[in-house]
Amino acid sequence: MIIDNSDVILSVRNLTADVDGTPILKGLNLEIKAGEIHAIMGPNGSGKSTFSKVLAGHPAYTVTGGEVIYKGQNLLELEPEERSRSGVFLAFQYPLEIPGVSNLDFLRVSFNSKRQHEGLEELDAFDFDDLVRERLDVVKMDPAFLDRSVNEGFSGGEKKRNEILQMALLEPTLAILDETDSGLDIDALKIVANGVNQLAKPENATLMITHYQRLLDYIVPDFVHVMAEGKILTTGGKELAQELEAKGYDWVKAEDVAEVAV
Amino acid sequence: MTVEVNPEAVAALSTATQDRQAYLTHLLAQRPNPKGLEDMRQSALSIVQERGLPSNRDEDWRFTDLSGLYKTAFTAPTAASLSLEEIAPLILAEAPVRLVFVNGWFAPDLSAIDHLPTGLSISTLADAGNLPELGQQPGLSEVFTALNTASFADVAVLRIAKNQVIEAPIHLLYLTTGDTPIITSPRGLVVAEANSAATLIEEYAAVKAASYFTNAVTEVNLGQNAQLHHHRIQRDAKTAFHIGTTSVSQDRDSRYALTSLSLGGQMSRHNPVVVPTAEQTDTTLNGLTLAVDQQVADTHSDLSFTGPHCTAQQLHKCIVDNRARAVFNGRVFVPKLAQQTNASQLSRNLLLSAKARVDTKPQLEIIADDVKCAHGATVSQLDDEEVFYLQSRGLDRNSACDLLVEGFAAEIIDQLPIAEQRQTLLNAVLSQIR
Repeated sequence: MIIDNSDVILSVRNLTADVDGTPILKGLNLEIKAGEIHAIMGPNGSGKSTFSKVLAGHPAYTVTGGEVIYKGQNLLELEPEERSRSGVFLAFQYPLEIPGVSNLDFLRVSFNSKRQHEGLEELDAFDFDDLVRERLDVVKMDPAFLDRSVNEGFSGGEKKRNEILQMALLEPTLAILDETDSGLDIDALKIVANGVNQLAKPENATLMITHYQRLLDYIVPDFVHVMAEGKILTTGGKELAQELEAKGYDWVKAEDVAEVAV
Repeated sequence: MTVEVNPEAVAALSTATQDRQAYLTHLLAQRPNPKGLEDMRQSALSIVQERGLPSNRDEDWRFTDLSGLYKTAFTAPTAASLSLEEIAPLILAEAPVRLVFVNGWFAPDLSAIDHLPTGLSISTLADAGNLPELGQQPGLSEVFTALNTASFADVAVLRIAKNQVIEAPIHLLYLTTGDTPIITSPRGLVVAEANSAATLIEEYAAVKAASYFTNAVTEVNLGQNAQLHHHRIQRDAKTAFHIGTTSVSQDRDSRYALTSLSLGGQMSRHNPVVVPTAEQTDTTLNGLTLAVDQQVADTHSDLSFTGPHCTAQQLHKCIVDNRARAVFNGRVFVPKLAQQTNASQLSRNLLLSAKARVDTKPQLEIIADDVKCAHGATVSQLDDEEVFYLQSRGLDRNSACDLLVEGFAAEIIDQLPIAEQRQTLLNAVLSQIR
């Protein structure tokens, strides 16, 4: 939802980034305020996923210029875990499998690292168990998944639901969903989207990165940005996504060229 | 054809052989020589003398250097006493039956054998009487194993009577103590009669000990349809040497599951040798090796089928840090008679430093033509993507690495029956890699 005079949560200015010396982000600008849901769409290779990894602090990407201000502080100088504890959450496109580590233990360690950061007392195993069982409902997850190793042997949909469960526990200020819809059948997509909608509040913000307009039927964005060649080319409302779906990404690229020509 | 021989090389070789011969003579002079079992000891002695001590020219010892062992003049074990207080951290409340051996001798004061469950009988060398199964298991002609047979001061004999199920784990604890570098020869025999079932925790540890040499042998004889869950925990001092053989024979329909943890010793070697002597047996061999600093930890397993319709699963994991080295050699022999065998072997290795090394070698010898046998080996470092995933959920880098190593180790450690001991050992592993 767009709220007048709400706080700026994320401000990205002229961001450039490399991976292995190859420039991927080439001057990206974006501002996200509390309460808003943004979607970044774009063709493969446009730099969408790189942008989400840079925000989360992935060590393989080197920021070469520009700035990222999160809630008034320089996000780029924080370690990945510090970003997480201060409320930045990345739902992975490909959540990793961690054999031998139970999902429940992983969730508790993660949850308590944030509690500790906030100066709150850590929850013991019993209290945490109660909390996690309540949050399971957000993504309609079977409690049996808690006793299994993190993501090991989970289907694609189960992995994505597990990401949203983590989000439900960590209650981030800025949630970045990297292609959370890819590889999901329609039922799983509805469950995941419903979970995200439940978690969207006036005091937090959501940034969805997606290739498909389909997701936006279930999580309705306030802003849609189209990305190509490492930059945001154009920004509009939710109707922009429908136009993209109808005309394809080449249409935006052509518009952009026309604009430059004028 | 002429063959040129470098006379200096021949001389060096024979000097080395003579040195090992002299060292063997020294070791044999350290035997405590208790009474009884003269025939068995004499025949073992002949095997030892005939074979001599190995060097890294022997295929079985190619990756593991014994020269450090041969440089130490170990002395005969001396009887020593420890108090219950001193061994308190090793006592497991959930294992009410406990046999403790100190420097090779049974220590009744430290043991708990007054209230044995129905069906379990226990004896030592003093009251063993006839032991028809002793020295009868496979693989006993290996030289260090024969050296144990020629040398052991005492023996732990556990017998589970026919049709009896022993619920609580039995704790067999071999301790070494004292300042002098002694050689001890712990020896155990487990006989599980037909249709019986039991759980054994066999543990090696030091209580205030310097460098020493543990040369251990445990024999297991499983009757028809018997079951043993065997947990072998080697946490000798990091200055110690440990060579041990677990020698198992399985009668038809029996089930044997070994969980072997190798944590201690500057040089350690474990040889699980399993021979299913009849059909439809099931064998599980799981192992976890931790090698840090300059440790060398070697596991040579040998599983030889002799009949059809047997199954086996093996998972061996190594965590290697600093300049340490781990070795795994897993032989599986499937002769013509062993049709319909279903066996799998997996060796997984985690290297935590650039100087760490692992040598892993599956050795499948399959002659039967109607079998299912799989094997695989992986060697990896901690995965940066996995570390980042955990960091992105609020764990700092060190905690993320710990959790990943814990997950790797827990797959094996979680098979131990007592929660308290699982936690102790997991903490011991993590404290070594920090």
